Amino acid sequence: MQVPDILSIVTFLPLVGALLTMAARSDQAIRVTALAVTTATFLISVLLWTGFSVADAAELQFVSGGFNLISEAYDIRYLLGIDGISLLLVLLTTLLGPIVVLSSWKYIDRHVKGYYTLLLILQTGMTGVFCAFDVVLFYVFFELTLIPMYFLIGIWGGEERIYAAVKFVIYTMAGSLLMLVAILYLGHAAGQAVNDGLFTTDYFKLVEYNVPISTQTWLFVLFALAFAIKVPMFPFHTWLPDAHVQAPTGGSVILAGVLLKMGTYGLVRFCLPFFPHAAAEQAVLFGTLAVIGIIYGALVSRAQPDAKKLVAYSSVSHLGFVVLGIFAFTLTSLQGAVIQMINHGLSTGALFLLVGMLYERRHTRRMADFGGIARSVPLLTFFMVLTALASAGLPGLNGFVGEFLILVGSFGSSIPGMTVLTAFATTGVILAAIYLLWMLSRIFFGPVRNEENQTMPDLNRRELIILVPLAALMILMGVMPQPFLERSEPATAQLLELVQAKQSAAPDEPSRPSQKNMPDDPVREGGFEVRAEPDTSQTQGMIPYASMLQAMDH
Amino acid sequence: MEESGAVTMELSGAYDSILHDIAGGFSLILLLLAGIVCIIWDIFENDEPVLPFVGAVACAVAIVWEVRNLDADSATVFYGAIRAYGLSSYINITILLSALATLILSVPYLKRIGRGYGEVYALILFATAGAMMLGTANSLVTVFVGLETMSLALYILVGLVRQDEGGIESALKYFLLGAFSTGFFLYGIALLYGATGTMYLPQMAYGFMMRGEMALLFWAGMALFLVGFLFKVSAVPFHMWTPDVYQGAPTPLTGYMSTASKTAAFGALVLVLYYGLAGMNAAEWQVALAVAAVVTMVLGNLLALVQANVKRMLAYSSIAHAGYVLVALTAGTSQGYAGAVYYLLIYSVMNIGAFGVMSMIEWDGKEGRVQTIDSLSGIGFRKPLLGVAMGVFMFSLIGFPPFGGFFGKVAAFTPAIEAGYTWLAIAGVLTSVLSAYYYLRVLYVFWMRSSKQAAPAVRDQAFPVTVSSAAVLVSCAVVLIVVGFVPLVRDMVMGFFDASAFATMP
Repeated sequence: MQVPDILSIVTFLPLVGALLTMAARSDQAIRVTALAVTTATFLISVLLWTGFSVADAAELQFVSGGFNLISEAYDIRYLLGIDGISLLLVLLTTLLGPIVVLSSWKYIDRHVKGYYTLLLILQTGMTGVFCAFDVVLFYVFFELTLIPMYFLIGIWGGEERIYAAVKFVIYTMAGSLLMLVAILYLGHAAGQAVNDGLFTTDYFKLVEYNVPISTQTWLFVLFALAFAIKVPMFPFHTWLPDAHVQAPTGGSVILAGVLLKMGTYGLVRFCLPFFPHAAAEQAVLFGTLAVIGIIYGALVSRAQPDAKKLVAYSSVSHLGFVVLGIFAFTLTSLQGAVIQMINHGLSTGALFLLVGMLYERRHTRRMADFGGIARSVPLLTFFMVLTALASAGLPGLNGFVGEFLILVGSFGSSIPGMTVLTAFATTGVILAAIYLLWMLSRIFFGPVRNEENQTMPDLNRRELIILVPLAALMILMGVMPQPFLERSEPATAQLLELVQAKQSAAPDEPSRPSQKNMPDDPVREGGFEVRAEPDTSQTQGMIPYASMLQAMDH
Repeated sequence: MEESGAVTMELSGAYDSILHDIAGGFSLILLLLAGIVCIIWDIFENDEPVLPFVGAVACAVAIVWEVRNLDADSATVFYGAIRAYGLSSYINITILLSALATLILSVPYLKRIGRGYGEVYALILFATAGAMMLGTANSLVTVFVGLETMSLALYILVGLVRQDEGGIESALKYFLLGAFSTGFFLYGIALLYGATGTMYLPQMAYGFMMRGEMALLFWAGMALFLVGFLFKVSAVPFHMWTPDVYQGAPTPLTGYMSTASKTAAFGALVLVLYYGLAGMNAAEWQVALAVAAVVTMVLGNLLALVQANVKRMLAYSSIAHAGYVLVALTAGTSQGYAGAVYYLLIYSVMNIGAFGVMSMIEWDGKEGRVQTIDSLSGIGFRKPLLGVAMGVFMFSLIGFPPFGGFFGKVAAFTPAIEAGYTWLAIAGVLTSVLSAYYYLRVLYVFWMRSSKQAAPAVRDQAFPVTVSSAAVLVSCAVVLIVVGFVPLVRDMVMGFFDASAFATMP
């Protein structure tokens, strides 16, 4: 029924492709190879969608590997798999692969070989991040994405590319290296507690392990910091506008479309289940920062004269919604957050592509240089309006589904203050409409201020091929989000259940009930800290993963 | 009658034991012989171009020999003077790999600067033999003899270019400070002998415990001994000589100094800590190492940040990397020692590679001493092989996955975390972030600046890359990509520090 190692193929085919492009001679051959490899990868990844069992969407599927990496004395494994959340993100990544290759077709005209080789390596890193179910393996993929990105920005970027590239790498790396310390600490502690003293970073064993309350907070901080920088959340966002604006179009699309999701994905996948108490404790803080990000990002977007910068700052705003949804701890909001990750990847990716197309035509991104081009480029205008509306959350398009679920879910959250925060967040939707529509009006409508704008060529076939699938998905996810939601729901529901079970399992904690239908606090055993030894019978019930785990051991 | 019978018996036993010992010290003997052959050959055929290959073949044979002995149980040979097999084979392999790579890389380099002397290759072989003696020492005397053999050969190699005031300065500085640190070593050895009554490392702890009242003497001796080691591995605050010496020495030999001699000194330090201080309270010396580790990482990385010259930058970086090894040693556990020696192998591979690349793009006629990094703008596009290889080495030195440097750091920091030194690991990663800045700068110059910004002299240079040198660099890069994912090396290293290792005391 399932091709056993399809996931490894999807992950590593681009890497093999990188070797091919390195060997290719002419620029055209390199482009064609890259396109063929990414398209093939996407087509194979469609098998993941079709072969994915919706009924067991909470369980790990397409499991691949399982053998030890690094050392027999450490339980660090090559373990790939996908559940409902990963599935969507993996497909987003593979879909953007050929799109990015096509979008760079003409724009990248120097050092072509290096560009496509790095792009393919990058894709392996990104796919791996979403499939890795061993934390060290995840970390390897997570960091692997930085290397190609450094060169993509630094070699093919704009004027300030060096500053942007170095800032991007140093910022991200500072966070992730601190996370590495936390991973090693956690691996050791979990190994002592649940793995017969054997150091482990196996995801399921770490989930099984109840981190003592005393260390939860700082471990959570180290993990969350790495992801908050990646997202980026409000005070850590300053690398983003630089990197996005300076990167070549393809790089921006990948940055916005996939790389940022690695941060929110990390929060969902690791921070919540590993450190549920600390996450609940810090929920208000994260919610507040998210809302600041939403409003601040929107206001700054409004002030940009440069279209690409506007889109870049809008990411800060949009990802604020995702973070808010994650830390509201309700099923609805978490579902919204997952869908919003995909939405943002599609619509912001498309926005960067469209801005890039404008740039290729006029070699400027200043909105003041455009105006009234709707008549000369009607097709481009159509796609831009559609995408901008999707991004602004117009009902019937995908952005609405995500933002609506997040806002409704967060409003119903039992975390004190979340309701007020949600109310503030809602203004972000209005602000988004303001800056996006303002951008549309300045670029596409109004009087023609510049002669050159009248003779701009409209979309060619290549550009249509790039945009049509994205636009189709935006509409599809807007009118029929069910297939997407039903795939991620079991996984998010189970995650939330697990988080709540863990939260209620520590009677020591002045716990903050995170959902109304949460079970009552269990018996308080005065001062007893639930350390390490989880109640296996209970865990078994809570984690269908456990059966998976047993199957893996054989 | 009885007496003569006893003598006969002893002699017959002696032959067996000599044969057995020769097997244990085979690579050491082989390299010394190869060195002597080179010297004598050089007398008859001055600067014979075959000489480096004699050395390379000797190294290769020695490596094969040691690989075969990797899984043998550790044992002492030559009446407890050196330790062979197992861990010692591993240390020897690390040193020999550095030597082999250096021999190959220095041939085109020395030819270009017109110093292709036959003696150079003999000296490299002697230095390697000294390094192997130091890195596998089982007695304080061997530590000293090995150290001096290695150092004397290196003093000469550093001052290879006699006409160049920079090279001479560098050699003199190395010699004076080396002699200075030797003083510490000797004094420390004397005190340790006084406190324990033995020169043999595995008997030190026992001897110390027998003479319980000698604590002050013992720890004073250990402190001096440690200072000597910190000098040799260029840990702060005993690092002053490093940048000047590294900058002034011929580049491939700098690579050799920064790897082989460091591996040897750290290897000996591991043996001293693991065998010499076995069973003692690690807290006695952990704090000293922890402090040395922190200041070494912080200062090494900070000073590297401001260097305009790549060799000097790499010198400070090698100081910083000594700090990472010290982090692993601070743990004071078997995992810590295993992590340290694992890190040494990976560090050697990446540093040899980095210096190798730099040796091939040198243009100032002063062993790269005065050329700035910026002068090499856009060299990556002109020399893609060197550029890509440098990318691997730099990212590996930062500690980026999937390269070996990352797995080395994991191996070095995990034991420290397990031993409760989480703050040390945090200091380690924070300083690694600093290091990213200067390593990335090299890649920025290589790949992100236009060749038009390069120094005029660079534009006229062809920078030829010989096939053998390219093979060395590619091998280094491939090893760095693969090594982390193959449990083989890591598992083997862990095996060296099993409790069973104590079964083989003399």
